[in-house]
Amino acid sequence: MRRLAALVLLLLAWAMPAAAVDPGEMLADPALEARARDISKDLRCLVCQNQSIDDSDAQLARDLRVLVRERLAAGSSDDEVVDYVVSRYGDFVLLRPPFKLSTYVLWIGPAVIFAGGLLAVVVFYRRRGGVAETAPSPLSAEESRRLERLLDGDGRA
Amino acid sequence: MKRLLFLLPLFAFVVLAGYLALGLTKDPHVLPSVLIDQEVPPFDLPPIKGREAGFRRDDLLGQVSLVNIFGSWCVACRIEHPFLMRIKEERRVPLHGIDWREETLEAGPAWLARFGDPYTLIGDDPRSVAAIAFGVTGAPETFVVDKRGFIRYKHIGPLTPEVWEKTIGPMIEELRRQ
Repeated sequence: MRRLAALVLLLLAWAMPAAAVDPGEMLADPALEARARDISKDLRCLVCQNQSIDDSDAQLARDLRVLVRERLAAGSSDDEVVDYVVSRYGDFVLLRPPFKLSTYVLWIGPAVIFAGGLLAVVVFYRRRGGVAETAPSPLSAEESRRLERLLDGDGRA
Repeated sequence: MKRLLFLLPLFAFVVLAGYLALGLTKDPHVLPSVLIDQEVPPFDLPPIKGREAGFRRDDLLGQVSLVNIFGSWCVACRIEHPFLMRIKEERRVPLHGIDWREETLEAGPAWLARFGDPYTLIGDDPRSVAAIAFGVTGAPETFVVDKRGFIRYKHIGPLTPEVWEKTIGPMIEELRRQ
């Protein structure tokens, strides 16, 4: 039992996050390679669409990874590389959509809807609470006298 | 007024449902090309085996032409292939090919030898350099390129006589007049 547990732990320790990057594709310079990985994680695979090119085994994803690395090796900045891919495939290729006019609804929408809901809840409780807390109209002079007599006397009005 | 307020959630639901229903009718693989009305980016592809000339951007200048992305591995390319042959036989328009991602040097030429070669110029693109420059996501795709080397239209999937009649044919006529 102990041995089995140890084996399981060992295997778990071995498990590495799976990535599609082939060792042959990797750049010799670790810093450059790290930048390439970061860029790849944010670029959508155009074939499978819900994976980044870093995760995807699709041929086109592989070719894009190679292209990213070639451009980095040629001295392009991260932004220049991403801009090139976006200029070919549009914002769709970015897994994190940019914050711009056409995506305001996407980014701000949920917050607006949440604020609207919050407002609706507040208004709802305010109104309901308001009804319950309305002070009853004060007693008229006649009513006050009757009340006093009731409290002072022995109950016979 | 109060009654209208009650209808608000229903109204919101209908609008949202409408949007989502519209989304369901669209093919997620058909992406809008950002390259429409953009200049074809520079590329310079070597020839495939058995041909002298490769295919580069400047070959597109001077006349309206079609650029077709194909590969011997691509099943849908065989569907459109007879129609591409017809385009060539009837000399409708220069048709250039990008032989995309062949695994061997022989695969593309063998495919063309077997089914016929409709292309004026062919470039070999095993590593997707030109394909990425054109923003290609799959094969086949066909681009209409004008005289100045600007992409004017992108067709995704097999080229059919219907697409030609409705869109590409009239568009080529129009572009030739410009």
